[in-house]
Amino acid sequence: MEHYNMNLTLKVWRQKNAQDKGGFETYQVKDISSEMSFLEMFDVLNEQLINEGKEPITFDHDCREGICGACSMHINGRPHGPWGQTTTCQLHMREYKNGDTIVVEPWRAKAFPVIKDLMVDRTAFDRIIQSGGYISVDTGNAQDANNLPINKDKADESFAAAACIGCGACVAACKNASAMLFLSAKVSHLALLPQGEVERKTRVVNMVDQMDKEGFGSCTNTEACEAECPKGISVLNIRRLNAEYIGAIMSGDDK
Amino acid sequence: MINSKIPAGEMAQKWTKYKDTCKLVNPANKRSLEIIVVGTGLAGASAAASLGEMGYKVKAFCFQDSARRAHSIAAQGGINAAKNYQNDGDSTFRLFYDTIKGGDYRAREGNVHRLAEVSANIIDQCVAQGVPFAREYGGLLSNRSFGGTQVQRTFYAAGQTGQQLLIGAYQSLERQIALGNVTMYDRHEMLDVVKIDGKARGIIARNLITGQLERHFGHAVLLCSGGYGNVFYLSTNAMGSNVTAAWKAHKKGAYFGNPCFTQIHPTCIPVSGDHQSKLTLMSESLRNDGRIWVPKKQNDTRKASDIPEDERDYYLERRYPAFGNLVPRDVASRAAKERCDAGYGVGSSRQAVFLDYAAAIERYGKIECNKQGNHNPPMDLVIKLGKEVVKEKYGNLFDMYEKITGENPYETPMRIYPAVHYTMGGIWVDYELMTSVPGLYALGEANFSDHGANRLGASALMQGLADGYFVIPYTIGNYLADEIRTKAIPTDHPEFAKAEQEVAGRIEKLMGIKGTESVESFHKRLGKIMWDKCGMARNAKGLQEAIVEIRALREEFWKNVRIPGGIFEMNTELDKANRVADFMELGELMCMDALNRAESCGGHFREESQTEDGEAQRNDELFMYVAAWEYKENNNWELHKEALDYEVVHPTQRSYK
Repeated sequence: MEHYNMNLTLKVWRQKNAQDKGGFETYQVKDISSEMSFLEMFDVLNEQLINEGKEPITFDHDCREGICGACSMHINGRPHGPWGQTTTCQLHMREYKNGDTIVVEPWRAKAFPVIKDLMVDRTAFDRIIQSGGYISVDTGNAQDANNLPINKDKADESFAAAACIGCGACVAACKNASAMLFLSAKVSHLALLPQGEVERKTRVVNMVDQMDKEGFGSCTNTEACEAECPKGISVLNIRRLNAEYIGAIMSGDDK
Repeated sequence: MINSKIPAGEMAQKWTKYKDTCKLVNPANKRSLEIIVVGTGLAGASAAASLGEMGYKVKAFCFQDSARRAHSIAAQGGINAAKNYQNDGDSTFRLFYDTIKGGDYRAREGNVHRLAEVSANIIDQCVAQGVPFAREYGGLLSNRSFGGTQVQRTFYAAGQTGQQLLIGAYQSLERQIALGNVTMYDRHEMLDVVKIDGKARGIIARNLITGQLERHFGHAVLLCSGGYGNVFYLSTNAMGSNVTAAWKAHKKGAYFGNPCFTQIHPTCIPVSGDHQSKLTLMSESLRNDGRIWVPKKQNDTRKASDIPEDERDYYLERRYPAFGNLVPRDVASRAAKERCDAGYGVGSSRQAVFLDYAAAIERYGKIECNKQGNHNPPMDLVIKLGKEVVKEKYGNLFDMYEKITGENPYETPMRIYPAVHYTMGGIWVDYELMTSVPGLYALGEANFSDHGANRLGASALMQGLADGYFVIPYTIGNYLADEIRTKAIPTDHPEFAKAEQEVAGRIEKLMGIKGTESVESFHKRLGKIMWDKCGMARNAKGLQEAIVEIRALREEFWKNVRIPGGIFEMNTELDKANRVADFMELGELMCMDALNRAESCGGHFREESQTEDGEAQRNDELFMYVAAWEYKENNNWELHKEALDYEVVHPTQRSYK
């Protein structure tokens, strides 16, 4: 792979805190290597800002290998940027060429208020899990693991849903800021397993209630969430969620 | 003399006996006992959830925006357990034995045996929680081999085992939060331990959003804050992984055990330039099928495909014919460094070796052709079918490599180089996981106890969950049973005020420096000293120089660091400065420990202590002990030695030739 350097114009959302109105600032960065990750390009910009005596840009990031779900930049109108099934930290600069302009914003959603610059508050996701995203088994109560055979296809399907990293790109991608893909991934993960059967109906109803309370919007089936999900979580999970929800309500066993 | 409190009796009976005789706390008393848990990775989340279920009042802290983001989430390969589901002769004893031997006889037998005993319960617990482990078509759990052991005891969930285990523990934790048994403090960083009358009684934490300092009381404090690999700046750790919680505890009296024991993982994507912020691991499983080589000619700049077979040096196969490419991590890492240092490295940095799948693709392709009855297939068909097999086995890893490097590993060999991955050293703990400060515990990677001088693959997840689910719920009761008369201490106690004042003082001092050099720049400089002089190979002269250099760097840091912004706001530069300041002190202690341990063992290689053909030379006579360092004022330390007695496993020299 040929490596090259580039100069870029960056338009970045700056916002001091949750109360501040915020706005775009424009920055120039020089000699960015095509081998850098997108966040390493931000490291270069921040180092430059610090040396100029300015405040660096605040953004969430941690593992930088695409699995922790912390990084969350809206890049040229797309959550996590242009590459399919890729988090911001795994996007690399060879995507860009000399002279490009890149616009970077935080996730935009009422339920994800901005803390500072590109950093948002995603604790609404934790509260949705608290409302039922678990199997109620205390430590020390488990039978031997192989006493419960599980159909491999079901187990694989459950695993595919459990691959969600809770980054919130689905919400950021959705014009309604709906959290249906996130919620449906957790409901599917647990509903597909025999261990999840006991609490299946109360779980889905309670989690949907909590999602509504947090201020996420409704799903209108545009499927932008799946297109932008870095882990490729399928919208078929939303279909399952709807069936689970209706089934629980209709049966009257949801309490 | 330090007391590790290993119970008397037969090795296999120690833990059972302990559980049968340790003190218990009745349910009514549990409700008035408060426990602080710092960190929410596998150890912290499992401990906080389990203790909440038992009825204790728990407060959990993490610096990330959610408990689910702790770095345990990034573990790829799997988790070991002595289930013997494969009927291949595995047992508690064999897992115990492999772990002791893999640790190069520098781990404590009692702890390791307990770890092997509870390993099977972990799998049961995780499956009950809904962790979607890989399964066979019959519906039962699947296993794979790992890290050169002779049995298949590794449970896995594709290449995302850590993620699935952590989500399981996180969900249990969130359930306890919903029930009100655990209070969660995310975006909070612990900045000191509060000691009252010699016992740990709470912490000072900083709310990272507001910058406010908070005082939190606990009858006991659990540190589950992970390892300190980021002292090297570049490592496979997450950007936020840090030693601060452990270091504050150390400065308040907790001994630090074997700080020089770090694991350098042989297969990581190499550094591509000065901008590099972290390194990415490529799972150890790749060495099952890949062949590692460098050119036979020094400074060879030809493309891999232009180098003919007889001009390639498969140095692991040459040096270690018995184990070949499957030698343990420490051996593979040193061998790669040796070749690169001698001028045979590849890639633009010359700090990389090839991991080549061409032979595997051809071999698998031929097998597939044979299956189809085609015994004289054209080469392009062999390659095509072979690539399909490799894709099925390793596809996600190959994709990750391509995303990062832009190169297609099906066509050209991957370039890899060793990188800092895990720290076996950590806060010294006794059998009950209590540090040398009463009421202060350390769990998971934060403690030193189970992996000796080298950790085996798929054992970190096992240890984190063993400590949190199955050890601390018993051992903490043995301490808290005597605390039932201790009322919650109000946080206006002078010791809380004093600790908060010290933390505030340090933050003000940092912010007041207003120098010219960024925190990141100092961290990089520290990392370079550590990697060059306390990395894969160490010698007395280099370590002595490193100590002098680190002291000078530390002094410079406290005079010239530049931290923009204010104290009472979200300020990620200040957060980093707090962490790097502690790494600068830890780095010195690591070098001192490496200097003191004038032997080679596991991941610790002292150039002065090697065999004639360049292998690690242990010295059991002089160094069969745990080095437990006690902090004294102004970066001075006193060494305590905990002798290691091997009652069951007889130490031998490891050989892989």
